[in-house]
Amino acid sequence: MSQAYQVPTVAPSTTRDVAGDGPAINYLCGDCNSKVPLKRGDPIRCKECGHRVLYKERTKRMVQFEAR
Amino acid sequence: MAPNGAKVVASQAELDRRKVVGVNLETVTDVTSTDFPGHWPGEDHSWSIEKFREACSVQFYKRSNLETEFSLIGVDASIANAYRRIMIGEIPSLAIERVYIYNNTSIIQDEVLSARLGLIPLTLPGGVRKLKWCAKPEEGEEVESNDSNTIRLSLKIACTHNRDAAPGERDPLKAYHHAHVYARDIKWIPFGNQVEVFGGEDAITALNPDILIAKMRPGQVMDIEMDAILGVGSDHTKYSPVAPASYRLLPTIDILKPIIGADAEKFSRCFPPGVIELQPISKKEAAKAGSGYEGHEGEKRAVVVNAMKDTVSRECLRHDEFKDKVRLGRIRDHFIFSVESVGQWNSDELFLESVALLRNKAEALQAQVRALPQ
Repeated sequence: MSQAYQVPTVAPSTTRDVAGDGPAINYLCGDCNSKVPLKRGDPIRCKECGHRVLYKERTKRMVQFEAR
Repeated sequence: MAPNGAKVVASQAELDRRKVVGVNLETVTDVTSTDFPGHWPGEDHSWSIEKFREACSVQFYKRSNLETEFSLIGVDASIANAYRRIMIGEIPSLAIERVYIYNNTSIIQDEVLSARLGLIPLTLPGGVRKLKWCAKPEEGEEVESNDSNTIRLSLKIACTHNRDAAPGERDPLKAYHHAHVYARDIKWIPFGNQVEVFGGEDAITALNPDILIAKMRPGQVMDIEMDAILGVGSDHTKYSPVAPASYRLLPTIDILKPIIGADAEKFSRCFPPGVIELQPISKKEAAKAGSGYEGHEGEKRAVVVNAMKDTVSRECLRHDEFKDKVRLGRIRDHFIFSVESVGQWNSDELFLESVALLRNKAEALQAQVRALPQ
């Protein structure tokens, strides 16, 4: 039985929640390499130098390689 | 067999001549051996253990922990080459195989760093016989590693600013702590009974402590654990116990006509030092008619004193004054081996081990041939 496509009744929100909540995640500034803790909704901007490119930190998980 | 049925026996001079590979200005002659049945009519070249025992010999020139030089005389090139290949590819040694990277923020990528770590030669007191093989696990299975087959190592290092450095210091090694990561920063983590087996907490280290692994800047860290296991060079070069094992044929230099005076001086300079010596022509030699030395008493003549040192550069063949006066060659069944160990084996032990391995192979082949249906 095939079903016809149903238009979703609740549209996904395209705007961010303005209120910052949830845990802060550390990013690294692309310019000065300082740690930038960001919460949801925070402006993407380094607090030290104002640079607007931030990088994610490396995973804390172990990565296995073969030495060859 | 000769036409009349009698056996032909070649003279020793003829046999010696057959052993020489001719090295000419632009060509090489008589490369292949001819001492097999059926090549020389009427001569007996069948293989016998007595003849082989008589002809074969091993002579050591240099034997130290890391470097050995010896001659293997009276065997076919296939045998000598088998020993060389076994030394390079089939004698086991210990090397880093699995790398567990917890953190690496240096600019050298994880994969590249792993490959570099694998190539670092490690020490192994007591030799590889103290370790068992660590089997490669089947797809989806865990590695079975324990204290009898795995050596665990760690590399945990962080680069920081050196507060005591002079202001404006430009040298990274002085301005920062651990700006360079060296092989000596790799530490052994013994587990189980490994401290007793290998003797001491720091028995296993990098053989050469000054190998540079990576360069770092303040804020960069490495937190790595490594498993080293036994392997063979045919799997990966990092497991090869030699660096390198090679052989060359013994060079021969025959001075056919006397080389005297200034020519002799020039002739000796065509060879590495120690190959040619200048000797004065004695009164007796000068007096002998037809020797080529008549009237040259007291002058210098060129004499070959140590052909083994020659690199066979053929330089002497380029000069017209030595034309038809010298003949170069190499002895086909005299192999000068040069074996350099990377540390886990004694270098002279390596050749003996290769002999044992070839013997094992021959015995395995013999058993299989015997099992063939008649």
